[in-house]
Amino acid sequence: MKLRKLFVCTIVALGLAMPAGVFAEPVTIEWWHAMRSARGKVVDHMIEAFNASQTEYKVVGTNKGNYDETMNAGVAAFRAKKQPHILQVFEVGTQTMMLSGAVYPVYKLMADAGHNINWDNYLQAVLSYYMNADGNLMSMPFNSSTPIMYYNVSMLEKAGIKPLSKTDPITWDQLGEITKKLVEEGIAPAGMVTAWQSWTQIENYSAIHNLPFASKANGYKGLDTELQINNPQVLKHIERLKSWTADKRFMYGGQKYQGPKSEFISQNAAFYIDSISGIAKLKSAVKDFKWDAAPLPVEAGTTKLQNSIIGGASLWVLKGHKKKEYKGVAAFLKFLSSNEMQEYWHKETGYFPITLDAYNDLKAKGYYTENPLQEVGITQLNRAVPTEISRGLRLGYFVQIRNIINEELELVWNGSKTPEAALDNAVKRSNIQLRTFEKTYN
Amino acid sequence: MIKRSFFKSSYLPYLLIFPQVIITLTFFYWPALQGLIQSFHLSDPFGIESRFVWFYNYIELFTDPLYLKSILITVVFSMSVASVSLGLGLFLATMANRALKAKPLVRTMLIWPYAVAPAISGIMWLFLLHPSYGIIALGIKRWLGIDWNPVLNGTDAMAMITMAAAWKQISYNFVFFVAGLQAIPKSLIEAAAIDGASPFRRFWTITFPLLSPTFFFLSVMNIIYSFFETFGVIHTVTQGGPGGSTNILVYKVYQDGFVGLNLGSSSAQSVVLMALIIFITFLQFRFVEKKVQYTG
Repeated sequence: MKLRKLFVCTIVALGLAMPAGVFAEPVTIEWWHAMRSARGKVVDHMIEAFNASQTEYKVVGTNKGNYDETMNAGVAAFRAKKQPHILQVFEVGTQTMMLSGAVYPVYKLMADAGHNINWDNYLQAVLSYYMNADGNLMSMPFNSSTPIMYYNVSMLEKAGIKPLSKTDPITWDQLGEITKKLVEEGIAPAGMVTAWQSWTQIENYSAIHNLPFASKANGYKGLDTELQINNPQVLKHIERLKSWTADKRFMYGGQKYQGPKSEFISQNAAFYIDSISGIAKLKSAVKDFKWDAAPLPVEAGTTKLQNSIIGGASLWVLKGHKKKEYKGVAAFLKFLSSNEMQEYWHKETGYFPITLDAYNDLKAKGYYTENPLQEVGITQLNRAVPTEISRGLRLGYFVQIRNIINEELELVWNGSKTPEAALDNAVKRSNIQLRTFEKTYN
Repeated sequence: MIKRSFFKSSYLPYLLIFPQVIITLTFFYWPALQGLIQSFHLSDPFGIESRFVWFYNYIELFTDPLYLKSILITVVFSMSVASVSLGLGLFLATMANRALKAKPLVRTMLIWPYAVAPAISGIMWLFLLHPSYGIIALGIKRWLGIDWNPVLNGTDAMAMITMAAAWKQISYNFVFFVAGLQAIPKSLIEAAAIDGASPFRRFWTITFPLLSPTFFFLSVMNIIYSFFETFGVIHTVTQGGPGGSTNILVYKVYQDGFVGLNLGSSSAQSVVLMALIIFITFLQFRFVEKKVQYTG
């Protein structure tokens, strides 16, 4: 018993002595993130690399759970004045963060710290998602992805259809013909499934065809924005998908990724639309058939195809710390966007490298000839200069709006509502959310 | 003769309940008050901007047809969960209470599911009932000829989460019912049997009335369980879908408040939820408890 007491005392004493001894020298920078398991390890490795590269600063990364939990942890910490320096926030939280008054904009941070960053060297479709209306970068893009279309090569071969191009998208009409053939000939139980339907079928569909998702340049130019997804083009697209459900060319596999993905893996569907971050998972899960990826389908006769838009998260720098610490934050963010880190990040996780330098470097090294799948998303994202409409979405209560869209689409798929009524209602309900959000900040 | 002990000290009782009062104040009254205040505000999550808006959040809620639908869904859901788990719990308890050889074993086995977390229970039922890979789902489709699809069909989804939520609660009810049944004097039932009452009649006229305090207690507990603790089931199985058909109130509070960061609306919803559960419990005590026979 006595021995145990002594032991506990020693531990406590050691614990008390530690901060003074070990952490006294470098300035500590807290980073709260939402990266777990394999991605978490990659993040840890990047932090270690930064800490080993210099002695002035020490970054401490903490996983705070998933995206919602991390954001809530950040919010709670800010209210208690114990906020971290860097907080990773998912893309739908962008508007809330931007208006919060709690952030130190990244473009300003970098300038104040004396780093002259050439922002033109970044993937513009990634940066534009996190810029304010004046084109200034508010947060540092971290993990960015975009949806692409995976397909079952074995099934297409059986139907005598050639593999699809990795750069030039097929049209929705062509997809309709292919899936029709596959289903009619009994090769595939269903044609296509999609994950994150609001993101892939409405947000990205609109961006690619340069259709406004919401007024005021998708919300970039004012809080008095209103949803515009009940336009004739989107309506036609949803009507088409609805008509495809009748002959199984389209199957609804559930809201979240588990459902649609498992349909593709178990060969219940020949096509599967999901984020590029699915590549790694498909590689490990699919053993009994060949698969490949292609850009998202487009409408026939579209004269100018726009970029697709991103999903993922960015790093926000929070206010309320010392100047010296912000210097460290800036140095760390700069370190993260170095070629070495970006290439490592891209290779390990499949998320985009955020700079053109890193991309070109990988290309020169022949990475994409070996891993052509990884380039499908980048090509699709980089095929045009983002317009005011295709650069991203800037909406308050975006989480709720996505839920609304999900709900209304589900009511279309199960036949409770017509596509027109559903889209109209989605707009109506989302606008109520947008007005409440506007009222909060005015 | 007085059986109770008497303490002369006048402050001791207060001292003894003091910790409990402190805990209730910090973990119930204080947050509840905060929630009430928040529900009259529109504020950004970081707490920098906050505006007093009177009943704006409540008006928004009650003019939203989907919120009213969510209340209805919650009531239907909790009634189904309570009746399924109470019914099956009582059935299993009466069966297990008979003279079985492996009685202790059967009882232990039946209690186990209670140790399973709702979220895990949800995932398990999802694996059984998923339209594409669920074993039971494939059986339903093949042999019953029902186009079972909880991913798309709201009624199917409701049936699935009701099963998942009720399943583990059955064990909880089972434990209490078995205890209640064992407290019923054998002689009463034997006397009725001698008088020629059928097992069914014996159950309804003797066993059930004597079980009524247990039944009443469990019905209150089950309703509260299905209102709040079933969150894990919804979160892992349906996320409120399809088309909002399983979006029960407590899940909506989470979605709007924790994920969507609309603190005002979420607080207003919490207040409504609290009022609703107080009202239901009041109804239970006012009307159901009158029929309960406490003996002894």
